[in-house]
Amino acid sequence: MKSIAASEYDCAVVGGGLLGASIAWGLAKLGQRVVILDEGDTAIRASRGNFALVWVQSKGLGMPEYAAWTVQSSDAWTGFAGQLRDQTGLDVSFERPGGFHLCLSEAELDARSLQMKRLHNQPGGVDTRTVMMERPEIAKMLPHIGPDVVGGSFCPIDGHVNSLRLFRALHVGLAQFGAAYLPNHTVTDIRQEQGVFRLISDKAEVRAAKVILAAGNANLHLAPLVGLHAPMLPERGQIIVTERVQPFLKHPVVTVRQTDEGTVMIGDSREERTSPEGMTTPITAMMANRAVRMFPILATLNVVRSWAAIRVMTQDGFPIYDQSTTHPGAFLACCHSGVTLASNHALTIAPMIAAGALDETELTAFSGRRFTRRSDVSQVA
Amino acid sequence: MFRRLPDKTDAGVVNFTINGEPRVGRRGDTVAAVLLLSAISPTRVSAVSGEPRAPYCMMGVCFECLVTINDIGNRQGCLIEVTNGMRIKTQTTRREAGA
Repeated sequence: MKSIAASEYDCAVVGGGLLGASIAWGLAKLGQRVVILDEGDTAIRASRGNFALVWVQSKGLGMPEYAAWTVQSSDAWTGFAGQLRDQTGLDVSFERPGGFHLCLSEAELDARSLQMKRLHNQPGGVDTRTVMMERPEIAKMLPHIGPDVVGGSFCPIDGHVNSLRLFRALHVGLAQFGAAYLPNHTVTDIRQEQGVFRLISDKAEVRAAKVILAAGNANLHLAPLVGLHAPMLPERGQIIVTERVQPFLKHPVVTVRQTDEGTVMIGDSREERTSPEGMTTPITAMMANRAVRMFPILATLNVVRSWAAIRVMTQDGFPIYDQSTTHPGAFLACCHSGVTLASNHALTIAPMIAAGALDETELTAFSGRRFTRRSDVSQVA
Repeated sequence: MFRRLPDKTDAGVVNFTINGEPRVGRRGDTVAAVLLLSAISPTRVSAVSGEPRAPYCMMGVCFECLVTINDIGNRQGCLIEVTNGMRIKTQTTRREAGA
């Protein structure tokens, strides 16, 4: 019988999107021998379609630990961006000027105000410094708002980044750290034998001491292979991009932001669909209409691109970080906010995995066990 | 620097203006092509950095050939054919929303 060779890698990360790349970068930085198994160019990849906010307000209603986790990541982002720049020379254009959620009617404003109050008052909550603002106060900071804007919320630690450049910086950095990147290696099976994981793809077999599942919505099928649970519920979002214009929007709004390169991105939709193909005119028209009511000068701009993309989403919308008890050394990471939480994934999650275990006190709320603890009705088939 | 190849001489004549000056082109010429022929450079400045730019890829990808056509700014000159009476303007200031 052929003996199992010593594992070629310390860590195998399944998924090369922003989440997988962030964790892999953090692991490689610590000297771990890392391999990333990724799908190919035709993968349904959230990392190439996202809106690129580093966003704090609105996060964590129903799970105060998520709000605290998000604040921690926002605070770590400047240092993270600096480390990427020092290593790769790439500036990911992280900015944290504070961000807005704008309301276009009194009803919207009341609902927003109530939501912010509930978020602030929940036990164990963290102070995100989010405040409600009336129209005149907003107009001082966003002089281009239209007459339909009645008010909104402002969080001084909201920001944004160039997410495509972040994606590139992580992969350039990974290569510099000596990590192996294997595209077109869709993992079909994972087995653990004598403490070594065998990751089987249609192309090759890779052996590693640890395995980290960071495959977005595909974690649903991969997690059970190592005794973990990842109930996912993908959503679809649509985005409109305008021509490049002189910078005029100093603060990102949750649905409208101007990128460092001058384009304006508009994204204001959520659909329960799993295919990124086929945009729907009623939704893009609604998005454009709301954006123009927020900033009437947008009506003068040419639209140059639009797309639909799939959001990675867990069933309750909160991240899952977990480690297997049946397959020691197997870890799971699922989350919607691959941009916002990138700094946490690189600088907090990766060191824990490198050391061998997730910190139970810090991350216990994020375990996938929360889904199976509930009544049978909520369990996924 | 650019000159016309001799293969399209019977395509018909088109009259238009660049920055208010009357110009003559051939039917089928793109706006970016007649700008290159006119030797006007730069044809725009970057909206963010203000750097000078001119037509480059000529196939709709790089967005360097942006000019104002019939009062609409930031149009891709390489994807639009000149027509009689067309008013082409180079963009000497950074493109502004609402301007």
